[in-house]
Amino acid sequence: MTSTHPAVELDGLTKSFGALTAVDGLSLRVRPGEVVAFLGPNGAGKTTTIDMLLGLARPDAGTVRILGGTPDDAVAHGRVAAVLQTGGLLKDLTVGETVEMSSHFYRHTRPVAEVLERAGIADIAGRVVGRCSGGQQQRLRFALALLPDPDLMVLDEPTTGMDVEGRRDFWQALRRDARAGRTVIFATHYLDEADAYADRIVLVRQGRIVADGTTAEIKNLAAGRTVRATLPGADQAALAALPGVDAVEVRGDSVLVRTGDSDALARHLLTRTAARDVEITSRNLEDAFLALTTAQTGA
Amino acid sequence: MTTVSATTTRTVEPDRRLPALGGFCLGVLRIELRRVLRNRRTLAFTLIMPGVFFLIFGLPQGGQSLGNGRPVTAYVMISLAVYAAMVATTSVGGAVATERALGWSRQLRLTPLRPIAYVATKLATAMTLGLLAVVVEFLVGAAAGVRVPAYVWLLSGLAAWVGSLVFAAFGLFVGYLVPAENVMQIIGPMLAVLAMFGGLFVPVEVLPDVLQQVAKFTPVYGVGVLARAPLTGDGVSVAGVANMVCWALVFGIGAARLFRRDTARV
Ligand SMILES: Nc1ncnc2c1ncn2[C@@H]1O[C@H](COP(=O)(O)OP(=O)(O)O)[C@@H](O)[C@H]1O
Ligand SMILES: [Mg+2]
Repeated sequence: MTSTHPAVELDGLTKSFGALTAVDGLSLRVRPGEVVAFLGPNGAGKTTTIDMLLGLARPDAGTVRILGGTPDDAVAHGRVAAVLQTGGLLKDLTVGETVEMSSHFYRHTRPVAEVLERAGIADIAGRVVGRCSGGQQQRLRFALALLPDPDLMVLDEPTTGMDVEGRRDFWQALRRDARAGRTVIFATHYLDEADAYADRIVLVRQGRIVADGTTAEIKNLAAGRTVRATLPGADQAALAALPGVDAVEVRGDSVLVRTGDSDALARHLLTRTAARDVEITSRNLEDAFLALTTAQTGA
Repeated sequence: MTTVSATTTRTVEPDRRLPALGGFCLGVLRIELRRVLRNRRTLAFTLIMPGVFFLIFGLPQGGQSLGNGRPVTAYVMISLAVYAAMVATTSVGGAVATERALGWSRQLRLTPLRPIAYVATKLATAMTLGLLAVVVEFLVGAAAGVRVPAYVWLLSGLAAWVGSLVFAAFGLFVGYLVPAENVMQIIGPMLAVLAMFGGLFVPVEVLPDVLQQVAKFTPVYGVGVLARAPLTGDGVSVAGVANMVCWALVFGIGAARLFRRDTARV
């Protein structure tokens, strides 16, 4: 809260596995208190980036600073905590024992009972971890991350494999524990999660950031509609010159126009041209996501 | 739209100092022990089986004496106590393999716990279970009528226990070598063979000559000789001490190297 450092500063982060460049010169700055979704399809490089962010993996190039220091420092002082995609739990400990044991690894933690309560697993504290469902184990990992009351919380696809209810419970638990000044970064490939829980969305594809902005801004990227019509011999240049039109594509007898003013375009097509079968579809965040995160083909 | 709303505001910055002793503490040890004692397999192999072995193989030799007049049953009991302790410490050390396979080590790397404190906890847990194994074996022996002077109980027990540190290191070594969840299935048979060469099941003297020579260089031999010395009156043999120290170094250094490789950032 008093810190003036960015919560996260990634600069030119690069990591390759053999010939594959998993993270490709990625730079990102996150302010304290921001809730950032790291959104991208599988294989986009989210986990690799998070591993470097936490100091679990060494970048080939580039630098990581978190909370003004190195990841190791932040970990050692309990200033960063994470729910990993691959972090394991000891199956033969109970839920409560797992949290209690972890609490001893810090100088000071929040009370074990409080953390169990916050993560919504107080009622299963006595259950052996091996008998817990995937969602319960994930909430246990979350409880462990809450222990040090971290300034930065990193979650790597925390709800993968959960059913709808499990996902909702998990995010409710996260919200319940939100506090002013805590920075949260979560990786996800669920668009709706990014939309619902983040202030800012960072879209990644093939190890690079392809879009970065507030949820609203990312949605604006996808604003506007697509108008489709059958219009043999369409005058592409004339259509492109109309107000609001972003792109015009002609496919055989069909024409596809992306525009911010679909009404004007439809009026034009129906009154000034021989267009028929006019269809207007709105693009949603899903489309933007797909457009931005799948490899560009042509146009 | 800020949906993750701030519901609490922290007024005091938490104590962010490093944990004392790198995170090594009795609280963790207590949970680790509880965990070990909850494992039926560990209990069977370290606390029950060696005692049963004594009843089956040691007890029928009741009435027989060693060269110095001490009972043969005590010889068997001490040998099996060494066996029990080594199985106990190896299994705790080897458990790091399970924890690595499960990804727990990775989870631990996100806490302030120092890797060296983690190893110290494992060693302390191993040695506690090792002590328990020796005590249980001795209790079974005493209950079944083994009678030796107090100093023999004490010194033999101590040697069996301290010697099992070699196997805690051995367990860690194997644990860092093979990332398998069921590492004890590999180690168990190895331990039985080593115990055989170490004269824990039958005296080394009954083995063929060549094997006797080989046996002297195997890791259990030294511990076995030293643990029985107070009983047999043979005195502390240089060969026995050298054997134990050498193997302690081999496993200790081996484990340390693998451990460093494991904690290195990739
Ligand atoms: N240890 C590894 N060895 C080889 N390739 C890897 C390794 N880790 C990740 N990759 C590859 O790097 C790319 C990015 O992976 P990852 O960071 O896990 O993506 P995400 O978390 O976004 O799904 C993928 O193509 C993946 O196959
Ligand atoms: Mg991933």
